[in-house]
Amino acid sequence: MMNRLNAFFKSLLLIELFKGMALTGRYLFARKITVQFPEERTPMSPRFRGLHALRRYPNGEERCIACKLCEAVCPALAISIDMEERADGTRRTTRYDIDLTKCIFCGFCEESCPVDSIVETRVFDYHGEKRGDLYYTKAMLLALGDKHEEQIARDKAADAPYR
Amino acid sequence: MEFFQSLLGPFWPVVWTLVKIVAIVAPLLLGVAYVTYAERKVIGYMQVRIGPNRVGPLGLLQPIADGLKLMMKEIIIPSGANKKLFLLAPVLCMAPALIAWAVIPFTPELVLANIDASLLFIMAITSMGVYGVVLAGWASNSKYPFLGAMRSAAQIVSYEIAMGFALVGVLMAAQSLNLVEIVKAQQGASFFSWYWLPLFPLFLVYMISSVAEINRAPFDVAEGESEIVGFHAEYSGMAFAVFFLAEYANMILVATLSSLLFLGGWLPLFDFAPFTWIPGFFWLIAKICFVLFLFLWFRATFPRYRYDQIMRLGWKVFIPVTLVWLLFIGGMMQTPLGYLFH
Repeated sequence: MMNRLNAFFKSLLLIELFKGMALTGRYLFARKITVQFPEERTPMSPRFRGLHALRRYPNGEERCIACKLCEAVCPALAISIDMEERADGTRRTTRYDIDLTKCIFCGFCEESCPVDSIVETRVFDYHGEKRGDLYYTKAMLLALGDKHEEQIARDKAADAPYR
Repeated sequence: MEFFQSLLGPFWPVVWTLVKIVAIVAPLLLGVAYVTYAERKVIGYMQVRIGPNRVGPLGLLQPIADGLKLMMKEIIIPSGANKKLFLLAPVLCMAPALIAWAVIPFTPELVLANIDASLLFIMAITSMGVYGVVLAGWASNSKYPFLGAMRSAAQIVSYEIAMGFALVGVLMAAQSLNLVEIVKAQQGASFFSWYWLPLFPLFLVYMISSVAEINRAPFDVAEGESEIVGFHAEYSGMAFAVFFLAEYANMILVATLSSLLFLGGWLPLFDFAPFTWIPGFFWLIAKICFVLFLFLWFRATFPRYRYDQIMRLGWKVFIPVTLVWLLFIGGMMQTPLGYLFH
């Protein structure tokens, strides 16, 4: 009886509603946690899996040996590789395309690569403006690798002790 | 002014009325635009975000950008819809929200039409809004908007009763249906003489049912972003924008009414020096802003009511509470303590 009377007055006097409003009222003055994206960025792991890149050795030779492990492991079938034997007897790719509209950014290509050629960089804010813009060819991937080599090498070194 | 009067001759009254209408509606629509901005900012702050801040300084141009976006969009008319009614519905929703402003007093002198039964006029006009809702749901020729329209129509009609009873308390206390007289009757030494205190239960009932009247959170089953059932589910572009405008115009209207009826309208907080220096118009604006802030606060706090609970609250709680309090006031007025309720 007493409980029911208590509950009746609690709901009649809107006690819980006022408690709720007090809570949101306090949060009105709380410190805001929004990160203002283009100006501010959140911290990122060296293992971050963003846009792909193909790396070169310091002497300028491309690392990829066209073993096609990445193409085989790719769960989204986003990678297509053609290869041939070059004049110096080494095996090199003639085509290395990644369709980023298929890619699920799982990082298996990077894991499978025996020569650390294909990597995923920290770049995640890129876009395409027409159909086909997100189909990255070998030349584009190599250019990305050249551009971000410093960062990639640092991330690889940071992650090396755990591999 | 005499110059224009002689220049326009018989057309003068028409032109002058139009000028007065524009003088009320234009700031109102601007207010509507910035209520949407305030809503996003306040709710953002309560959710530990910062809200819109990209368009213009502090995001102040955001409502204009939103409006432009909606105007550029295509108005899709469903193939089975009744085209005329489909386009008429948003207008029917919007019109009452604007017409009601004709009798709203901003100061004792500043009122477009100071009619005797202005409270009754407002009750009558605001009830018309439900036709827009019903028509929108019906003309869409689609089951979800139809269900949504039935729901919100039932909700609006039910809460109108509780709201009407709450207003009966006000007119018993003020002994007038004229909004100017009602505010003048609240004149006193401080804000304790306003009607929110002697009519406190009615004030609460009025606040809550007005939130339900205008289909806002936590009674927003009509819009219900997470559900598809809503009377304007088939609307897009400017037709949708008009519903949106109507909702916010109604919000401002209801906030103004609460300020006039229960919070002393243009009367200052205390009736002595520093407070009486501020003109009454600004007191009214401040009170409207306060009530609007409460509406946004409600939306940031309360989860949406289940539909049958909305009905239960309206019929089984509010109507009995208001009836009991009306009897109580009526009884008290016959006793020596009656002056407390006048």
